[in-house]
Order: sequence, then C-alpha cells, then structure tokens
Amino acid sequence: MSEAFDILFTVSFWVAAIRIASPLIFATMGELICERAGVLNLGIEGIMVAGAFTGWFTVYMGGDLWTGVLVAALTGAAFGFLHGFLTVPLGLSQHVTGIGITLLASSLTYFTYRILLPEVTSPPKIEPFQPLPVLVLSDIPVLGPALFNQTPLTYLAYLSVAAVAFVLYRTPVGVAVRAVGENPAAVEAQGISVTAVRMGAVMAGSALMAVGGAFLTMSAFNSFFFEMINGRGWIAIALVVFGSWRPGKALLGAILFAAFDAYQVRLQQITGGVIPSQIFLMMPFVLSIVALVVVARRASYPKALMTPYQKGER
Amino acid sequence: MRLEPRASASPAATLLWPAGAIVATLLISSLLVMLAGASPLTVFWLVFKGAAGSQFALLETLTRATPLIFTGLAVAVAFRARLWNIGAEAQLYLGAVMTVVLGTGAVAMPSAGLIPLIMIAAMLTGALALLGPAVLKTRFGVDEVVTTLLLNFIVLLFVSMLLEGPLKDPMGLGWPQSQRVIADAQLPRLIKGKRLHFGFVLALASAIVVWVIMKKTVLGYEMRAVGHNAEAARFAGIPVNRVIVKTALLSGGLAALAGFSEVAGLKGNLTLDLSPGYGYTGIVVAMLAMLNPLGVVAAAIFVAGIFVGADAMSRSANVPSYIAQVMVATSLLTMVAAIMLMRYRVRWR
Repeated sequence: MSEAFDILFTVSFWVAAIRIASPLIFATMGELICERAGVLNLGIEGIMVAGAFTGWFTVYMGGDLWTGVLVAALTGAAFGFLHGFLTVPLGLSQHVTGIGITLLASSLTYFTYRILLPEVTSPPKIEPFQPLPVLVLSDIPVLGPALFNQTPLTYLAYLSVAAVAFVLYRTPVGVAVRAVGENPAAVEAQGISVTAVRMGAVMAGSALMAVGGAFLTMSAFNSFFFEMINGRGWIAIALVVFGSWRPGKALLGAILFAAFDAYQVRLQQITGGVIPSQIFLMMPFVLSIVALVVVARRASYPKALMTPYQKGER
Repeated sequence: MRLEPRASASPAATLLWPAGAIVATLLISSLLVMLAGASPLTVFWLVFKGAAGSQFALLETLTRATPLIFTGLAVAVAFRARLWNIGAEAQLYLGAVMTVVLGTGAVAMPSAGLIPLIMIAAMLTGALALLGPAVLKTRFGVDEVVTTLLLNFIVLLFVSMLLEGPLKDPMGLGWPQSQRVIADAQLPRLIKGKRLHFGFVLALASAIVVWVIMKKTVLGYEMRAVGHNAEAARFAGIPVNRVIVKTALLSGGLAALAGFSEVAGLKGNLTLDLSPGYGYTGIVVAMLAMLNPLGVVAAAIFVAGIFVGADAMSRSANVPSYIAQVMVATSLLTMVAAIMLMRYRVRWR
C-alpha cells in the first residue's frame, strides 16, 4: 500500500504527468476558445489526428521542428475553417458537422499516409523535440524537473493557457469572443460581425487542437501511427466542461487528469497483473464521466453554445 | 450573407441540391484519386463493379448494409428526438456480448425459442447502455454527446477484458476471441452457400417497425415534438424526460441488434474487430436518410456499397481503400449542407 503512495513523491511520476497533460492542454484550450464563441467543435478528435500527421510529416520530409508545428497549426485552422463555415454562416447542426469533420479529417489523414508512405511496415521515426531545462527553475526539487525540464512544446502549452486567458479577459477581441458566445445579437448591434468573430475563434481553436495532436508525434513519441489520438479529443471536451469554460480551471483539470493517468500506469505495475489492465485503461474515461456528473449541475456554459446566429432574427 | 427559410422547398431544389452534394463528393474524391496517381473514372467504375457488378458483389453489399441499417435506425430514432447518441458502437458491442453469453451453450433450447430470447436480451443490454447517458442528461444535465463518446472507449476495453477473461475461447490458440455460438443460436443464411443472412430481413423489418412507431404512434409524435422544440413540447404537456428515456431505450436496443446480427448471422463469434466503426457510420447513414427510417435502408445500402466497392477496387487499382471513408465523410458534410440549402435561401447582403 505504501508503495502505491510513494509513487506520488517520485520525480518521474510528475514528469510523466506533465508530459501527458501537454497535448490535453493544447486541445482543451482549443475547444475552450471555440465553445466560448458559441461553437461546439466535435471535429477535435479528427483535427488532432490530422495535426499529428502533418506536423510529423513536415519534419520527416526534412523540415524544421517548428515548421512542423506551424504546418500542424495551419492544418488545424483549415479544418476549423471548414467546421466554422458549415456551422456559422450555414448554421448546420454543430453535432453532426463536428462528427463529420472528425470522420473526414481522420480518414483523409489515413488515406494521405497510405499514399505518401505506401511501402512502410513500421512507422518511420523523426528526431523529436528534446527536453530543454529552464535555467534556475529546473533546479527546484521535484517541481523543477517536472515543470521546467520538458520539451519546448510543453512550454508552448503553458504559454497557450496564459495567452488564451489574457486574450479572453484582457483584450477587446476576447470580449467579442465571449460576447458572441453569450449574446450574439448584442455584438451585432455593436457593429461587429458575429460570423467573423466565431469563424476566427473556431479557426484559432482548431489550430491549437492540431498542435496538441502534433505534440504526440513530435514530442511525446517520434512517429505517427493509426489510432494514436485514442479519445484524447473527447476527453478534452469533457475537460472544458469540467473547467467550466475557464482557462485556469481547465488547465488544472488537465493536469489532475494527466496525473491520474500517469498514476494508473504505475499502479498497474505494482499490482502485477492481478487486476486486468483494461480496468486501469478504462479509468481515465470513467473519471471524465464522473467529473462531468459532479460539475454538470452548476456548470455555467456559454448561453449561445450550439445556437446558430442569423442576422436580424429576433 | 444570411439564410431565409423557403416557404416550401421547390421540387427543383429538392432534386438539385442533393444531386449537387453527390457531384461535389465525387469531385473531391476524384481529386484524391488523382493524387494517388489513378484515373477517377476507372476507379469509380471499379468501385461500382465491386459493389454491384455481380451477384456476389450485390450480396456482399447487402451483407455489409445489414449492421448499418440497425445502427442507422438507432441514430435516426435518437437524433429525431435530439438525443445525440454517438454511442451506437458501444451498444453494438454490448449486444454482441449478450449474444455470445447466451448463445454459446449456456442456454439450450430449440432455435425457435433461443433466437428470440437472445435477440430480446441483446436489445435490453444495448438499451441499458444508453439508459445511463439518457438519465445523466435528464437528471443531471450532463451532455450525452460526451458521455456516449467516452462510453465507446470504456465498452471496447470491457469487451477486450471479457475476451481475455471469462469469454475467452479456450480453443482459440490464445487469440482474444469468444467461442462460436451453437447451431441453434445461428441465424440462417438466406441463400445456401452465400454470406447474406437472416439478419438482413430483421433489419428490413426493424426499419418498417421504426417507421410505424415514428409516424403512427403517440410515442413517435412525442419524439418528434421533443426533437422539434423541447420547451414547446413540455408546455404542451408532453413528459419530455420520459420521452427521452424511451427514445434512448429504443435507440440502444436497435444498435445492439447490429451486434447480435453480426455475431449470430455472419461472424459466429465475438472479436475486437467485429465492427469497423459501424456505430459511427450509422450517423452518416441516418443523416443521408434525413432521419427517415425507410430512407435508412437505402442510405445503408449506398454506404455499404462504397465500402465493399472500395475494398474490391483497392485490390486491383493502387488506391488505398481509405478513400471509402473519405467519400462517406464528405457525402455526410455535403448532404447536410445541401439539405440546409434546400430549405433556406441564401441572401448575399
């Protein structure tokens, strides 16, 4: 029993937790921006697949790692544009369109993978991002190596939370984004185009999701394989609700969740096969549902979430 | 730009927009086929031939359409009441689990009794699987999209656990697969020596039953009312939550039948690759059918044809069979857009 407890005090556990949290942070921030603007983006799972592939492939073709991140972000923005175009000006069902985007983005990715790399049996590898200790900060015991001896992409994930929080709460753009998610008619009355703000938010959010996918192929691992996103997008959607649409709380949720995930892997090793491994693998998903039930009652979701806006209506 | 509802969709619009959606889908997939270095016309011809070019191809398409009719109906029923069941995949697998639990010799009775028993048990399992998310929605306000999506992963892990544990076939050489169902639990083949099985007939019958429920019963009326405007329905005295729960039971039960029919009719046992995403494809089928139960049959056969045809095509032309998934996803997006444009007029201003 004490063994199970000791895990919590090992450095490697916290390092793993932050590593697992990183793609979730990107994805959760991305979904959060979309939903704050009133657009549910169920395309997230597929957009992460696409970003994971295009980022990795750019590097595989000889591109710079940061060019890869940029390409992933642009891929995400492109799918975001499609989702935005169908759900914002056309006002199609955000549920159905989102699922459609996920199906399209992932199948398009697999199709492209097969065309570009027809003969490969084992996925080719790239030289991924390496851990980059931050001076002084990484010397803090336990927390230092966990938080500040990660790859640059993890630092970018921290930065994305700060940026999203800053833009949402401290800039006119952020006010507009939050307002189109709460009361679009009022925004239109101010002479701001609801369509433009929502489209922009969905594209920016989708770009972040794609970078989250790219984290897996370019930082956590070094190759692209099928099914690698494995529900992380859906978990990000749950984390947005859990964080009640606030960047800080969502970040906390992502880290808690990742810590739990890192913990179950280690617990699995201690229990030594007495409990089927599937039980442990299920726990993150079960935990997400439990978290949703706990917060659902007092969730204050954006009022205009999932409501298409038509100029001049009402 | 803005959208104005049309008073009534003109016959030309009802024909032209969906036709436009099909053309757009074909154009986009042509582009991809050309990227793969093949000629679109040849590839489409091969897909068509692979799906409908021979008796074998046609029967194969209908066989593949069978689970899609069930999951398509499950989604159509749920979406009609605006219950966003994205968990047909999970319900399908649970139906299959129940089929294996009862069908591998645990219950011995003649097939006239055994098959209906298994069918009902499978439906109940699937229904219960969606009851959870439905109650979480009505009681706690938890979004069912996320819960049903997450449940897909939980159930698949659960099935994997069963297949490595209590349901594992001791003669399976270590593979994670169940024992085969006994002869009395098997659905008969429709044509001797061919793969098309009685599950297809059940699927057609289900489509008719669902159509009757939707169009001719009070429950169907209530479901449509709730889906159209839950607030108004509540105001009109319709017990909205109870209707949602009933919808969930029906939808989950239908999806479970897909699992039952695949195991008892086609595969004979349960493996982890029983469904290549039939639950998710059911969403496409339902949307292409505009949520009409009878339309689901046609849409399922169409989608199955693309899959079967693309498989055959990829064996002879050098184009990955993933083109089928791309075509299906594209047709979903273009079709929902077309349906919108059919009902609304775009004003550029």
